[in-house]
Amino acid sequence: MQREGMISIWFFIGLLLLAYGILILGTGIVEWSSPPAVVHAELHAAVWWGALLTGIGTFYSFRFAPGKGK
Amino acid sequence: MQAFTITPGLWQAGGEARLISLSTVDEVIIALYFVAVIGIGVYLKKYTKTGEDFFLAGREMTAWVAGLSFLAANLGSLELMGWAGSAYQYGILAAHWYWIGAIPAMIFLALVMIPFYYISKTHSVPGYLKLRFGEPARALSAVSFGFMTVLMSGINMFSMAKVMNVILGWDMELSIWVSAATVAAYVFLGGLLSAIFNEVLQFVLIWLGALLIAIVGLIETGGWSGMVARIHERFPGADYTHMWRTLGHFQDNPMGINWIGIVFGLGAVISMGYWTTDFLVVQRVISAKDLRSAKLAPIIGAGFKMLVPLIVILPGLLGLAVLPMKLVGENDLAMNPGAHSYNDVLPLMLARYCGPGLLGLGITALIAGFMSGMAGNVSAFATVWTYDIYRAMIRKSASDSHYVAMGRWCTVIGVLVSVGTAYLVMHASSIMDYVQELFSFFIAPLFGTVVLGMLWKRATPAGGFWGLLAGTGSAVGLWLWVKSDPSAIQYVALSPAAKPMAENMFRALWAGLICALTTVGVSMATTPKPDRELVGLVYSCTEIPSEGHLPLLQRPVFWACVVGAVFVVLQIIFW
Repeated sequence: MQREGMISIWFFIGLLLLAYGILILGTGIVEWSSPPAVVHAELHAAVWWGALLTGIGTFYSFRFAPGKGK
Repeated sequence: MQAFTITPGLWQAGGEARLISLSTVDEVIIALYFVAVIGIGVYLKKYTKTGEDFFLAGREMTAWVAGLSFLAANLGSLELMGWAGSAYQYGILAAHWYWIGAIPAMIFLALVMIPFYYISKTHSVPGYLKLRFGEPARALSAVSFGFMTVLMSGINMFSMAKVMNVILGWDMELSIWVSAATVAAYVFLGGLLSAIFNEVLQFVLIWLGALLIAIVGLIETGGWSGMVARIHERFPGADYTHMWRTLGHFQDNPMGINWIGIVFGLGAVISMGYWTTDFLVVQRVISAKDLRSAKLAPIIGAGFKMLVPLIVILPGLLGLAVLPMKLVGENDLAMNPGAHSYNDVLPLMLARYCGPGLLGLGITALIAGFMSGMAGNVSAFATVWTYDIYRAMIRKSASDSHYVAMGRWCTVIGVLVSVGTAYLVMHASSIMDYVQELFSFFIAPLFGTVVLGMLWKRATPAGGFWGLLAGTGSAVGLWLWVKSDPSAIQYVALSPAAKPMAENMFRALWAGLICALTTVGVSMATTPKPDRELVGLVYSCTEIPSEGHLPLLQRPVFWACVVGAVFVVLQIIFW
């Protein structure tokens, strides 16, 4: 799949997940004291799910960054 | 399998009140998704110059990318919402479409059929039929596939627009045109390469957007046993959590089907037909960089397919356990004002657990699912049209760049025809049911024709063509028979207690058998091709490269055994 100079799909996925992670984690932190009216709001799912996406996104963005090879 | 996953009636969901309201952060998340898929298409345009690039992604995909794309192309349509609704309606029986209705077929594709698709270097499934049985079989298969694919794409488009209208209150026409333009743009620019890249992205988003429902849902119910206890409490006497023990008789389960229909109709014919001969999914596999990757791709897909019930079936079951209201069938909505349908279970669960941000991710997962299916249809249509219809019947000798240009414009035309179909369905929704039925008519016989062609060298061109025609004709005939006389279902499905789902399974079974018998009968009466013309096309005439020199962990057959063993264990656990 990797032609000379072609950016890996995993890099694009990493970037998008990183952006999503930051947005969702940020939303979860902002809403920490007044969570949304959902079932099990006390779990603060946006915070840990956002953190997970940020972690995965960061890993893939760096691991498959252009120029780093496979 | 896509042709059978759209729960009839979803498009009829009534009511103008939206289920979910999005916040600004949700809208930003959805907008970012659209920017990403278009951006990938723009980026990949410079890598798609030749026909091999545009139609087969340069045959350079790794096993993982081809495998995930193979699965994502099927996760499209209303797979997520339709089967979650079916799980609420039928319980864990719906998981048969993910396990016995997929895993054996994927393993069979990997180990038995892929070598012939790959070694023959065909561009498409109709292309294989041309090599094996000649032009008439290819023409019949290509025209029916091309026609049905754009119709299905239009139906998916309309269904998505309707779902977004019901869930979010979005304008239907705007949804249709925005999704159509997006898919057309990125497939036009980057062809199959762009479709596959985006499908991998969409696959990841689908999982990350939908998995949270299962996790928080199990926390709420106290795990699997807590969920089962709640379901028993709310629906006493009904068995929603066993896969096989209610399949002894048609009347013992809500699907109105028995184990014969599931094992032979679904497992041996319909799923084999869909997963091994529907070019929409096969195209992803034959784009792999080598034979070993092509064989591994469906096995990787099978591994993930076994897990898809976590994000589709489990939310439906959790809905049975925790939703305060009881959902009803589409046909009962009119008699239950304010009620929600089975098909709303996934968005209802999404709204139950997901606040701002997570809701946007969940909706993005749904949109990604719809778009991956639509792009799969369009890219497969472009290939079959260009190679198996245009080049074969209209302009036989043109330059490669001419065919690439044809493929690009055919993408746009395919999308426009799909939009036209979507508008047609908008004004006559019953068309959708017929088109889906029609699509199913071609699947079972095609499997019979292709598998006999690959495994039996005595099968002749005339046998292949007439078998395909007889199988398709018999499927149409059986369908018309039950349509005109509903009591005929007792003959087609072997029981007066059979329901439409059983009719579908048994009709496919008969169509597959008639196709096989006709192929054998006509072949025995006609002259076969000499062996030298069957090299690379038929088992006994082809030397399949050995994998004996590879370490065990790199052999597709090893991983096929692992996936097969897990499949068996799952059947025992949920027996």
